[in-house]
Amino acid sequence: MNFRIISALVMRYLFLYARSPMRLVELAFWPVVDLVVWGNVTVFIQKNTNPEFGSYVLFFLGGMILWDIMFRAQQGVAISFLEDVWTRNLLNIFVAPVRSSEYISATFIVGILRILITAVVLSFISWFGYAFNVFQLSWWLIPFFLNLMLFGWSLGMISTALILRWGLAAESLAWAIPFFFQPVVAVFYRVEDMPAWSRPIAWCFPPTYIFEGMRSVMKSGTMNWDYLGYAAGLNVLYLALAGWLFVWVLNLTRKRGLLTKFATQ
Amino acid sequence: MSDATDTREVILEAIDLTREFDGVKALDRFSFKLHRGEVLGLLGANGAGKTTAMNCLLGLTLPTSGELNAFGMPLQANRIKILQRANFSSAYTALPGNLLVWQNLLVFAHIYGVPNPKKKIAELMELLEISHLNKSVTGQLSAGESTRVNLVKAFLNDPELLMLDEPTASLDPDIADKVRKVVRKVQRERNVAILYTSHNMRDIEEVCDRVIFLHKGKIVCEGTPSDIVAQSSSDNLEDVFIKIARDGELLDEPKKASAV
Repeated sequence: MNFRIISALVMRYLFLYARSPMRLVELAFWPVVDLVVWGNVTVFIQKNTNPEFGSYVLFFLGGMILWDIMFRAQQGVAISFLEDVWTRNLLNIFVAPVRSSEYISATFIVGILRILITAVVLSFISWFGYAFNVFQLSWWLIPFFLNLMLFGWSLGMISTALILRWGLAAESLAWAIPFFFQPVVAVFYRVEDMPAWSRPIAWCFPPTYIFEGMRSVMKSGTMNWDYLGYAAGLNVLYLALAGWLFVWVLNLTRKRGLLTKFATQ
Repeated sequence: MSDATDTREVILEAIDLTREFDGVKALDRFSFKLHRGEVLGLLGANGAGKTTAMNCLLGLTLPTSGELNAFGMPLQANRIKILQRANFSSAYTALPGNLLVWQNLLVFAHIYGVPNPKKKIAELMELLEISHLNKSVTGQLSAGESTRVNLVKAFLNDPELLMLDEPTASLDPDIADKVRKVVRKVQRERNVAILYTSHNMRDIEEVCDRVIFLHKGKIVCEGTPSDIVAQSSSDNLEDVFIKIARDGELLDEPKKASAV
């Protein structure tokens, strides 16, 4: 073992961290997300003294499956784009007669395929392994899926815009962005179990209405139609904002000549 | 032939194209015309402005000022229409390495709306002598094979305008020679207008009808390769290249070495 060589390699990693603040952010980001999510889950469990609480545990599985729908939709867009960056194919696409709307639409379709595969696999495993039948959500599954998918697409477009602007330095955002939202969209616990200050924030995002709706359907078989309306309305807003951001960043990268860096990265 | 008497169809035209990066002019009032069936070489040392010019022409970078027209249409407003009739190949881009060659080519054939794509791909692969690579993994190809697969992609839509960015970079002389011959053959048979960049002066002499030398974003010399050599005190185009790269000029004043 040569200490000089080890120190040189350590130096190389420190240089890498210093040149990529995103890597430093990650060091704090994931532990904070874990802490907040499990802290709120703990509060949720502590607050529930209901004798039927055992059945509530199934909420976690339902929340996890629906969360994954949103996550896969976001990944369908962001990872499809990254695939073109990783394989240095992006310039071939951008100098072909491909409109940005056509490119994004293709990534949406990939997102749907990813969702279908994920949903089928998770549904089988949760049924056979944990006696959790996702189809107890009945026809509500369809609007739940659709709304989560739409929000996933919005997040995917935002991730793609950030990677376009900052290149592969922002690659980790493709994985992290959905988890910015996980603590505040009530995936595993009710909004009323969240800290008071975070509740108004929770209601700003469509998934909150869907996860609250899921628990309502699982508990009482009823769904608050207003929730679906709010979720759909907010999704239209977020999709429009994300689409605008993507086009704006694409035009900015063309103006600044940043697109060509993807040929050499 | 002066511009006034030149009746050939202009395929690509840049007028006073300027591109600044943080106040530095990578292209400075760059103007040229590329005619149907002509091969125009864009030459210059690293940092001369070739890549910036190519990126502007491909719509990847917007010029700070100036005009760019292709097929008589402003490029920015008609990008999709123009790209449908054009194509591009570069030594610095790649087709996805995790797909088979035929899969990559089929994707681009669909993007360009090529009729009977499988037949077209087979014909082009035969032309470039790479039919045997059809089922190979793209990422496992040698540099020469990869370049020829990229050229198949570039020829897929029978482009009227072809932009080739250092197509023979990192190729051995045998493969480079084959690539040059194929480019010339396709260009003659289909009357394609080609914009060609290369650091290989043999490429330029063999392939290009006319060349433009850039230095610090400006045109310093323009003409046929033989006329430029004849007008300079150099023995060959490579010496001309070195002189321009070092001195920034070939002649007393930038002017056309020969009317084309």
